[in-house]
This record gives sequence, structure tokens and C-alpha cells, in this order.
Amino acid sequence: MRRIGEPVLIADRISLAFGGIVALSEVSVAIRRSEILAIIGPNGAGKTSMLNVINGFYHPHAGSITWKGVTRRRMRPYEAAAQGIARTFQNVALFKGMTTLDNIMTGRLLRMRRNFLWQAVYVGPAEREELAHRAHVERIIDFLEIEAIRKTPVGRLPYGMQKRVELARALAMEPELLLLDEPMAGMNVEEKEDMCRFILDVNDEFGTTIALIEHDMGVVMDISDRVIVLDYGRKIADGPPGEVRTSPDVIAAYLGEEAAPHSPTARVPSSSRNARSAGRGPG
Amino acid sequence: MDFFVIEVLIGGLLTGVLYALVALGFVLIFKASAVFNFAQGSMCLFAALALVRLMEIIPAPLALICAAAIMIVLAFAIERLVLRPLVNQEAIILFMATIGITFFLDGFGQSLFGSAVYTLDLGIPKDPLLLFEGLIPGGILVNEFDLWTAVAAGLLVAVLAVFFQRTRIGRALRAVADDHQAALSVGIPLRQIWVIVWSVAGLVALVAGIIWGSKLGVQFSIALVALKALPVLMLGGLTSVPGAIVGGLIVGAGEKLSEVFLGPFLGGGIENWFAYVLALVFLLVRPQGLFGERIIERV
Repeated sequence: MRRIGEPVLIADRISLAFGGIVALSEVSVAIRRSEILAIIGPNGAGKTSMLNVINGFYHPHAGSITWKGVTRRRMRPYEAAAQGIARTFQNVALFKGMTTLDNIMTGRLLRMRRNFLWQAVYVGPAEREELAHRAHVERIIDFLEIEAIRKTPVGRLPYGMQKRVELARALAMEPELLLLDEPMAGMNVEEKEDMCRFILDVNDEFGTTIALIEHDMGVVMDISDRVIVLDYGRKIADGPPGEVRTSPDVIAAYLGEEAAPHSPTARVPSSSRNARSAGRGPG
Repeated sequence: MDFFVIEVLIGGLLTGVLYALVALGFVLIFKASAVFNFAQGSMCLFAALALVRLMEIIPAPLALICAAAIMIVLAFAIERLVLRPLVNQEAIILFMATIGITFFLDGFGQSLFGSAVYTLDLGIPKDPLLLFEGLIPGGILVNEFDLWTAVAAGLLVAVLAVFFQRTRIGRALRAVADDHQAALSVGIPLRQIWVIVWSVAGLVALVAGIIWGSKLGVQFSIALVALKALPVLMLGGLTSVPGAIVGGLIVGAGEKLSEVFLGPFLGGGIENWFAYVLALVFLLVRPQGLFGERIIERV
């Protein structure tokens, strides 16, 4: 049984700019143990930038990141991965020429302890290790119901399946914190339902902390414990889904300043999301 | 039918091994970064120049170690100064960067080590050798030097094959070549991988440089031998170590045989262009080469 605990990751007053464009200004995000946190906001609000700061792709100009009790100016991608932060990408970043199985196996690279010289010389131990990792990967494949595409090069898979393989690769790292960047973009209703189920199961069974970016408000309201809203690089709301939904700032950000305060927020972001994903081809 | 054919074939295959050696350097870097390293030929020249000038002042084994060290330092420098600032860029941009490295190495190498033609003597006799005299009347004429280099190249290939096929480095390499961002996200140390690969490519360049240098003399034309590796790569596939070998053998044997047997009808000089025409035909039929990865495009 999962219990939401104390914050495991604290990004404190993060600021980030690209030239003259401010992507994030003094945004603080605390992610609590075992929760599902949704980060939402209009396009260009700085959501992906925030994830990139957390796993070290971007180096913030100000602020600090505390992960596992260690406070630092910035993360490094290798360090983040080695210390249990896994992620998926908005525009699916898979190894396209490799099979589903090989893609997921790359998630185990950091956990392989035998060094490569040993692997070249001593067949026995290295082979046993490879088999152990393989067994773990097979469990993930079962879990995400992708047995049928095990040997297919991922470049040939439909978009929805690629997203699932990407999730599998992240899970293979046995992460403590899982960052999902629009895990349901471009999916049909059925695929979205599957993906929601997987996310909830991962969170429930392994207690994995999850931070996700999503545009489908129905999904966000259903699965998240807490919602953070970004707009123009600032945090404008932070709280339980029900509370955020009715916040006047959030409604204004999504509908514009003139909007009636009681209009249903769920509709508008949802349709703008559809328009976006319609224009996006697979890979 | 005399045994002249066999003699020509063997001569061609031995030359082919040398082409394969140069092609191997390209394959290694392509596997790890999906970049065609235009500078491979210049790296051969640079390594050979360094070795030959060092041998003038220190004993040969020591000079060899120093030359190897220089190639590794070069790999670190390339990673730091060229590759690191270009993380997550298109392959074509990295390719342009390797052209820059080519010009730098050609210029820097020759101003540092001099641009004269230096002789490199490995102490291996270059005398013709008659094999199988008891078996075949007249025996088969082979160059002893070519035989030794073939053995050396074979050993090198075996070591590399084990290194890249049996170890997890192989999977990490393919991952890095495919997508920098994704590779970083699963914790593959991009920089480390690049340094390793460029070092290995540098050492392969050193071996190729030594062999070609002692054949042709250490001079600028070594950098141009790399051009002969292009058809080899097209035949064998850019991503395959065995492909580079097989491609090299086909090119070597093909150009010698065509020269001898088609030459008289076409007016000779076939050796110079045969490989390129062969590669062109291959591109039409099998663009990924014999052993290359299938090109997958979802539209």
C-alpha cells in the first residue's frame, strides 16, 4: 500500500533563460515520495524545461535541487540516472534501429556490474548477469503487455506502442522517481486508458514517485494526487486537482483574462491538446 | 588453367586486408556516433608522422607507445573541443566538424613533424616469397610483407570484434549513435564512450598508418588512402566490423582480378576506378551494404 511521504526532490526557486527568453522564473517544485504529481500549463509554460532541469539536461541559472538529501546547484544526466531518476520524452526518444528488447535492455546498463573486460574474457559470470537482467526485462515486458513486439525494431512500431516501449525502458532502470513528458500525447482513448492503468499500477505496486506532464485534463484530474500549474515560466497554482481546477488564476491562464470564472476548465485545454497532437506525425 | 589466377587473387586479398584496416576506423566511429569521420585518413597520417619522427630520437618500441599515447590524447581533445559542444546536434553537423578536424590534423601534423617523405622500416623483409612449391608446380608468389600485415590486421579485427560484440559497450555504442538525449537519460556516459571510441579509432589509424607508411613511405598521400576505404564501406555496410573486412577483401581481390583479366580489353588502369563502380552498383541494389543495419523509416 502506498503512502505519500515527505518531499524526495525539492527544486528550489529555479530560474532558467535562453538568451532573452525566460523559461522558468523562481519556480519551486517539491515532489513527495510515492505521489503522482501532474505538471500542467499552456504550451511554452516551461513544463518540459522543468523536467530537463530535474534530470540535468538544462542547467538552471539560479536555484538549487535537493535529491536524496543532497543539495546541489544542478543535476547531471549521468548522476540523475545513476541515482534513480528515469524519464520519457515528449517526442519519443528511442533507439530506433534496435529491437524493443534491446531498447529496454539499455535501461539495465547502469545496473550491470561486471566491467566490459571481464565480459570479454570470462563468459560465465557475465553471461549469468546478462540472463538475470534479461529476466527482469521480461517481467517488465509482461507488465506492459508488449510481448508481441519484443523482437520488432522500434522504428516500425506505431506511435502509441513506441511510447509504451519508452516507459518500459524507464521502468527497467528501477527508478525511484519517474518523469513522464506527455505520456499520452497522440494516443487514442483506448491507448490512453492502458497508459493510465500502467502509471497507476507502477505507482501502486512499486511505490514509484511519478511526475508527469499532461494536456488531457480528464486524465490529470483522474490520476494525479497533486497538480502544479505553470504559466509563462511562473508557478501559478499548486494543490489537489479539485482545488486547482477552480483556481481563478488557472482559469485565466487557460481561457484568457476575460473568461467567466465558472466555465469548465477541462474542455478548453483538452481541445487545444487535440489540435496539437493532430499535427504531429509519428517519429 | 594455370595458377596465375590464384596468385592474383591472393595478392588482391592481401591488399584488401589493408583497405579493410582503414575502413575499420570509419566503422568504429560510425557505430558510436552515426558520424562519418572524414578525418580518419588524416588520423592515419598524423599517427604515422608522429611515430616516424619519434623513432628518430627514441627507440622504436618506446616511440610506438608514445605515438599511441598521442592518439589517445587526441581523442580526449576531440571529445572536449569538438564533440561535447555539439551534443544532440544532427549527424551532418558532426560530419562537417570532422572535415574541420581533417584540415587541422593535416596542417598541424605536417607543421609539427615536417612534410617530407619519411621512410618507415619495420624490419620486415619485403621480399617475394614462394609458397606451396611442393603442392603446385612453380609455387605461388606472395609478398612476405603483405602476409605479415594481413596477420596483424586479422589479430586487430579479432580483438575489436570481441570488444564490441561480447561486451555491454556494444549496446551502449549503438544507443549513443541512435539518440544522444535518450542515451543520457538511461545513464550512458556519453563523453566516456566517445573518448573510448575515438581512442580505439586512433589506435587503428596508427596501425593502418604504420602499414601504409612502410609500404608507401610516410607522406601526405597516406591521408588519401582513406578514399579507398569509401567503396569498402559501401560494400560492407557502415556499421559492421565484419562488413569492413569482407568489403575490403572484395575490393582488393576485385580490382586486381579486373585489372589483370579485363584490363587488356578496356585499355588498363581499371584498378583505379573498379572499386568505385562496384560500390555504385551496390548502392543501387543494397544501399545499406552487405552487413549494414537495415534502414527503417516509418512514414
